[in-house]
Amino acid sequence: MKRSLAYIALCCLLVVSCTTDQDDNTDGYTATPLELNIPPLFAEKILPPVIPEDNPQSVEGVTLGRKLFFDKKLSADNTLACAGCHSPASAFSDPRQFSVGIDGTAGTRNSMPLFNLAWNYNELFFWDGRAASIENQALFPVIDPIEMHNTWPEAVNTLQADPEYPALFEAAFGTQNIDSTLVTKAIAQFVRTLISGNSKFDRYLAGTEQLTQSELNGLNVFLDENRGDCFHCHGNPNNPLWTDNIFHNNGLDETHIDRGRGAVTGDPREFGTFKTPSLRNLAYTAPYMHDGRFNTIDEVIDHYSEGLVYSETIDPLMKKVDEGGVGLTPEDKADLKAFLLTLSDPSFISNPDFQDPN
Amino acid sequence: MKKIVLMIVASVLVFGCNNDDNNPQPTPNATVEFTFTHNWDGDVIENSDFDLLQYFNANGEQMSISKLVYLISDVTFTNLSTAVSYDAGDYNLINVREGTNLTFTPDIEIPEGEYLVTFTFGFDDEDNQDGIYPDLNSADGGWNVPMALGGGYHYMRLEGKFVDNTSAQANYAYHTIRANDNTTTPITLQDTSFEVSLGQVTVGSSTSVEVKMNVAEWFRSPNQWDLNQLNTVLMPNFDAQIMMYENGSTFNGSTGVFSKGTVTQ
Repeated sequence: MKRSLAYIALCCLLVVSCTTDQDDNTDGYTATPLELNIPPLFAEKILPPVIPEDNPQSVEGVTLGRKLFFDKKLSADNTLACAGCHSPASAFSDPRQFSVGIDGTAGTRNSMPLFNLAWNYNELFFWDGRAASIENQALFPVIDPIEMHNTWPEAVNTLQADPEYPALFEAAFGTQNIDSTLVTKAIAQFVRTLISGNSKFDRYLAGTEQLTQSELNGLNVFLDENRGDCFHCHGNPNNPLWTDNIFHNNGLDETHIDRGRGAVTGDPREFGTFKTPSLRNLAYTAPYMHDGRFNTIDEVIDHYSEGLVYSETIDPLMKKVDEGGVGLTPEDKADLKAFLLTLSDPSFISNPDFQDPN
Repeated sequence: MKKIVLMIVASVLVFGCNNDDNNPQPTPNATVEFTFTHNWDGDVIENSDFDLLQYFNANGEQMSISKLVYLISDVTFTNLSTAVSYDAGDYNLINVREGTNLTFTPDIEIPEGEYLVTFTFGFDDEDNQDGIYPDLNSADGGWNVPMALGGGYHYMRLEGKFVDNTSAQANYAYHTIRANDNTTTPITLQDTSFEVSLGQVTVGSSTSVEVKMNVAEWFRSPNQWDLNQLNTVLMPNFDAQIMMYENGSTFNGSTGVFSKGTVTQ
């Protein structure tokens, strides 16, 4: 037995020696590794965040990504940054129903908030899931004609000619040769740091804060199949994301001018389905729904209570559609709203690490 | 080249170790793969079948399936010669529409031989502990059951539409969980997971077992299911959960939803 262990140890030593030789011969650049600041509840309750092997988090990468996120140089006329439609004060969403691009053209969907995106396990981003990663998502706005209306070669040329950026890219990725891949990698690294996990409800679960009776009743409404039944799409206290990141038709319209996920997949069964948004930070993310049609949380609750409309792809989880919904009492509505607001996280929108560094 | 020489040396050393051990043990070395297939009274259910009002249940209601996700656990192999049981204690969440986890190999190696193979539909009470499985907390927006209904996890989410008795389309959500009655204090709970026996299986070096689910059986017997009466809000309905348990299992001699399909070696 001892001899076997000795042999194994020797083998390991030899293998390690080989590996070390190999490492010594590589010229790969490694920036300073940066761990995500994962809230304890996330670490305890759900799977680890998704971080691509080819884009590990680094101090320099996040610094660069943050600068890029707030920099208007990515747009064709240097007037619009990512933050122009994803403002920290709005939990990285836009208080306008539709964001307006550099040419004054408005979009057709409400800007999605940006937080906890590293835990989107199916890695489908946007309301319709057309982007397959955060890096991929960051490619779109720069060249969208109703957003930044730029081209990637132009955007890269602008950054390359900038007195600061080449050195920042070298620090982050070991090269001064800027391209769209590195730009989006840096932005994605910053976006992954946008973690919201310090709401009143998080502290309630941690045992450091109490909920009011109204908030507790609101939680019961949320979890009650007979009343809110919100949890089947928006999660529960064991899932701090408060979204399933899946696509649903939640009974907004009889016909679908915007086909949502169905427009991406071409599958009629998905016409009019959109990604479930997280319920975190609702205090800052109005207006609501993919088209920002509801200005208040009250309007959203009224929709699920009385306003459901039937269409072929409506999700089976929508109840009593023929009656417009489950018909919550005014008290239950008020309590549900009170609970929902406990999921907002003021420390997230005021986090100095998430503000404009430029 | 240097690496190759080192690898040869390492290999010689490893084989040298093995040669020292002249007492080969009949250690377990076989894993068994399970493949889950789904049908409606024999018609295979594939992704393209979802959301189509093409099925008729035993009560005569025309219906579709939009979602079929379910949990199985505790696959157990009982050796028919030695009576020794092997159970990896793991679980598998199958999403039929998405086609995920349709094959599952329990994380255990067993000796080749003849076995009685069983598994649990859902979680039994021993495993059905609230919030302790991060992968299930993360799945489908949270595979959990609210604490007001006893906590733990769903066994199955079967959802779709049906044509009701006014000829209108309506939704159903046939969710199976541990039966619960929260009108009592404390809450009344009854374990409605059930054991599925696949019968005798010969386990060789490369065995694959098909597990078939006939979805129509959920609506057939011993309780002929009336979707007009029981369509949604079934999780807090104690009696409905018992009926689901009875229809899914081989309760009182009923067929049950699961059966063994093809076994390949």
